[in-house]
Amino acid sequence: MPDLAFDIAHMLAGSLVLVSFMMIYQDRLSALLNTFALQALLLAAAVGWQAYIQGASHLYASAGIALVFKAIIVPWALHKMIQRLGIHREVETVVGVVPTMLAGMGLVALSILLMLQLTETAESALAREDLAFSLSVILLGMLMMVTRRNAVSQVVGFMSLENGLILATTGAQGMPFVVEISVAFSVLIAMIVIGVFLFRIRERFDSVDTEAIEHFRGEKRS
Amino acid sequence: MELIGNLLLQGVQMFLVLVLAPGLTGLVRKAKARLTRRRGASVLQPYRDLWRLMQKEVILADNASWLFRVSPYMIVAATWVAASLVPTFAIGLEFSWTADFIAIVALLGSARFFLALAGMDVGTSFGGIGSSREMMIGAFAEPAMLLVVFTVSLVAGSTQLSNVVAFMQSDAVGVRVSLAMALVALVIVALAENARIPVDNPATHLELTMVHEAMVLEYSGRHLAMIELAASLKLLLYVALIGAIFLPFGIGPAGTGFAGLAAGLVFFLVKLVGGGLLLAVLETSVAKMRVFRVAEFLGAALMLGLLGTLLLFVSRSL
Amino acid sequence: MIGAGLTIVGLLLVLSLAAAVLPNGPKTPVLVYGASTALCSGLAAIGFSALAASADPVGLILPIGLPWLGAHFRIDGLSAFFLLLLGIGGAAASLYAIGYGRHEHEPHRTLPFYPGFLGAMAVVILSDDAFTFLLSWEVMSLLSWALVLTHHRAEDTRQAGYLYLVMAGFGTMVLLLAFGLMAGSGGSYDFAAIRETGRNEMLAAAVLMLMLLGAGSKAGLMPMHVWLPVAHPAAPSHVSALMSGVMTKVAIYGFVRVVFDLLGPLPWWASPVVIVAGALTAVIGILFAINDGDGKRVLAWSTIENVGIIFAGLGLAVAFRANAMPGLAALAMTAALIHAMNHMLFKSLLFMVAGAVLNATGRRDLDALGGLIHRMPVTAALALVGVTAISALPPLNGFVSEWLMFQSVLQSPQLAQPGLQFLVPAAGGVLALTAALAATAFVRFFGVIFLGRARSDPAAAASEVDRWSLGAMAGLAALCILAGVLPGLLIDFVGPAVEIASGDRLVSQASNAWFTLVPLPQIDSSYSGFLVMAFVAIVGGGAAWTVHRIASRGVRRGPAWDCGFPNADPITQYGAGSFAQPIRRSFGPVVAARETVFMPPPGDPSAARHAASTTDLAWRHLYTPLIALVGALATRANSLQFLTIRRYLSLVFGTLILLLVGLATWN
Repeated sequence: MPDLAFDIAHMLAGSLVLVSFMMIYQDRLSALLNTFALQALLLAAAVGWQAYIQGASHLYASAGIALVFKAIIVPWALHKMIQRLGIHREVETVVGVVPTMLAGMGLVALSILLMLQLTETAESALAREDLAFSLSVILLGMLMMVTRRNAVSQVVGFMSLENGLILATTGAQGMPFVVEISVAFSVLIAMIVIGVFLFRIRERFDSVDTEAIEHFRGEKRS
Repeated sequence: MELIGNLLLQGVQMFLVLVLAPGLTGLVRKAKARLTRRRGASVLQPYRDLWRLMQKEVILADNASWLFRVSPYMIVAATWVAASLVPTFAIGLEFSWTADFIAIVALLGSARFFLALAGMDVGTSFGGIGSSREMMIGAFAEPAMLLVVFTVSLVAGSTQLSNVVAFMQSDAVGVRVSLAMALVALVIVALAENARIPVDNPATHLELTMVHEAMVLEYSGRHLAMIELAASLKLLLYVALIGAIFLPFGIGPAGTGFAGLAAGLVFFLVKLVGGGLLLAVLETSVAKMRVFRVAEFLGAALMLGLLGTLLLFVSRSL
Repeated sequence: MIGAGLTIVGLLLVLSLAAAVLPNGPKTPVLVYGASTALCSGLAAIGFSALAASADPVGLILPIGLPWLGAHFRIDGLSAFFLLLLGIGGAAASLYAIGYGRHEHEPHRTLPFYPGFLGAMAVVILSDDAFTFLLSWEVMSLLSWALVLTHHRAEDTRQAGYLYLVMAGFGTMVLLLAFGLMAGSGGSYDFAAIRETGRNEMLAAAVLMLMLLGAGSKAGLMPMHVWLPVAHPAAPSHVSALMSGVMTKVAIYGFVRVVFDLLGPLPWWASPVVIVAGALTAVIGILFAINDGDGKRVLAWSTIENVGIIFAGLGLAVAFRANAMPGLAALAMTAALIHAMNHMLFKSLLFMVAGAVLNATGRRDLDALGGLIHRMPVTAALALVGVTAISALPPLNGFVSEWLMFQSVLQSPQLAQPGLQFLVPAAGGVLALTAALAATAFVRFFGVIFLGRARSDPAAAASEVDRWSLGAMAGLAALCILAGVLPGLLIDFVGPAVEIASGDRLVSQASNAWFTLVPLPQIDSSYSGFLVMAFVAIVGGGAAWTVHRIASRGVRRGPAWDCGFPNADPITQYGAGSFAQPIRRSFGPVVAARETVFMPPPGDPSAARHAASTTDLAWRHLYTPLIALVGALATRANSLQFLTIRRYLSLVFGTLILLLVGLATWN
């Protein structure tokens, strides 16, 4: 049933965008990490479903990686980091929740408009839709990074951005396995680096509020 | 003969919603009590409460105006008419085309308008608190509800509820994420409009926690009975609405025979009981939000509705 | 028909001149306003009969004005509809003024200008060439400016007049430019010739933007709205009713006439500009209405909101027309035009209510009123009809135009451009938010003025106003109810106007059972205002009757319960500022809301103070820098006043050389 297959893929991709919105809505750090785990879970389901309907077995491995690393290990590691560093559990935003969500809506509309226009010649409706949704998730991840003061939430935004990239590559068929591994490793390394960075910030300033660093820049910007 | 039969059927629907409404409220209270390890009052207690209230005399504040005395009947009338127009056990009833989905939402808005005015009438600070907070909640809930209406109407092709239900029952609907989003948004709006946790606490009279109760603080006797009845009718309306649109199983098609009507009635009762139990579970598992967090909560429902509409356009233009 | 209309206009102008020379007795206002009522009723009758007969357009050319042009006048469906609107609004305002005018201290500051104002608006609607249109537009602006300055002794009234004059001048200048572009080089200025001229889409879009600026500034579209909340409240109440209810609609008539009738085909990308401008105006306008503490200014901001809604509907009509869907364009245009009529009805009613309250108590600010439902029962009941109508609640008329607007938003999937497909539902969401906020604003307006307890002595001692004012308000309230219960009649009536503007009209609603509205038969969405009203009345009455039979009928009066802590001081009840607080907190950034609290230091027994204020961001970010720029340029140019004689001579010499060089190169 091609219709049902399309509908389920549409449902999973749409839920991914929905969960990205939910991440913007959270105001507590532990809830944010749980939402991120949910997003990774949905991503694994979406990639697995794509593997099933495309008959591409290497995508099962991608789904597995997403499930194990991003849905289980990374949130657990970040939870532990928060506990160990005693980081302030509240997510401080630059503007309120409602303007951020409005901006998010605008970004989703923009990416859908753009992607549907750019891919007019593509045959697979599924691929076009996945590209539109994944650009939305990428932009929402960037929005999260830009509107949050807490470094941990910026890291989560970065990771959700990467989830969007994975969705894009599964939709466009034929991504070889090796690219997936390298992408995953680069993200892992980025996480380690950011984790070390966080430790250092915490040691120096007793907080991970990135605003505090502004004090020590060369030219003071008022 | 046909006309009389149809009119009778519409009348049956009107009285059905009126009779079942306090029962639904009683069921939700009983389930909440059971979930918190209490026995709870009987499911029929709201009926007894209404009767008892109606036998008591009304105590009016010295400066209450005619608007204060007329409002309870206006509110009941608007809510009851709206509730009678939602398909419960069958569609295509005689007057079901009188008001479509948008008009039903606006009728509920009328009821809220008069309730807020009644809250301001006596000139106490509690009434003002309730009215201003209720209008703020309404200012977010009504557009969210209208965006849900948009999403559902864009899927079903019409705003007439009978047509919507008929479409949802057919095979053309498919599994759509926009409808899932519309469902979540509608549930959030229903919680806000019925003054349920996490938006408002229907069981308390503390200033920090009340919105609906603050507006009706000065009412007593038969007026209070009317207002409580209107609140129960509103709850029944929302449960029936969610059931009719998203779970349209068993609703009798237009012009169905007696067997179809009976089956529709049974399914409707099952949906009511299910909805009531789910509401009780939800109310006992989350805490009430701060008042200004409610604006963000309902704003999220608004965004969900808008997102559902946008995603609908995506799937259409592919 | 057109001859009769022009005769009435002539009589109005004569009445204006007569009012200038008549002595200052107590009979003069009654005479002038009474004659205005009769003449406006005549205009309404002309408009009504032209619409009902669906006659062909009739034109007339008078040999006045420019010698090679003459003055062209025409009455067709569109002008008949707006003439009807003007007639009803003018007649109601004049009837009201017969009673209200008795309280005027200096009637000679209003009377000579008032009939002329009505006449000028009628000429704008009837004019069929650019010169007559612009001349009567300017006369309309000047006469209303004179009316705004009636209470000239107050400083803010003088400032309001100055701001109004500047904005009116700006509007006319932009309209001049628009008409010039339309006529083209060597083109004729009468509308028939402009209609025939072909023009490319870029030029048409440019003219649309100019009309948006020019007509929009008179109607109150953002960001040209800044004069409305200061000028409309400053005028006497019957003039405010006319300015808000009728003059803004005359501006909208100008926009519709030019953009939909004269311009020809428009590109689709012009519609998002109009839709976004309309939707943003609506939502920001109503947010300011919720936060304002002066009764008449609340009504002025609400006018801005409703004008935004109308422009959103007009933008939808442009979009559908550009996509060659005249049927759907007719739906959007019907919604916009009916909203214009409805708004005239309930806004005039509400301004009359505000005027009645001002007369009875002498106060306009909301925090000095309260409890007036007991002192002014008839006014309160009529005000209730007005606020219910403006909050778009069924079964009154505000809901009909709102419903039609939403139905046309729901047709957006048929538009071809994906950008429009996204924008229209988003705009629909904003309009829904606006409607809910309007209900909030008017619960606040009615509740703080009429309900509760009196907050000041004048409010406690108020008494009902005179019969003329009540009669005018009752007439408008009756029309609101009628338009809500028989919407099909109104739609059929506005059909000829819609046909001119969008090329098609909605199917006749007269044949539907029970006065139901079914605008698009293929969609099968329907609404019956009559039945809803009947059901609510029957059910409400039946419930009251049943309860009084089976329940106790006892009523006892006592002090308010207030959770056991009743406070006798009326200042403890919710006022205008406190009612707005949740909305102010939620939407703070949009209205630049600031709340300041002054807490005295410990040991100081003086009272703490709380002040909440809002700022118009358009004023702060657009107008203040502009004014500063103009000031800076003027200061620089000032140095030209202090030159030596030699410098002046060299200026003249330089200009002469420049012109000679120009002549040489041009030839």
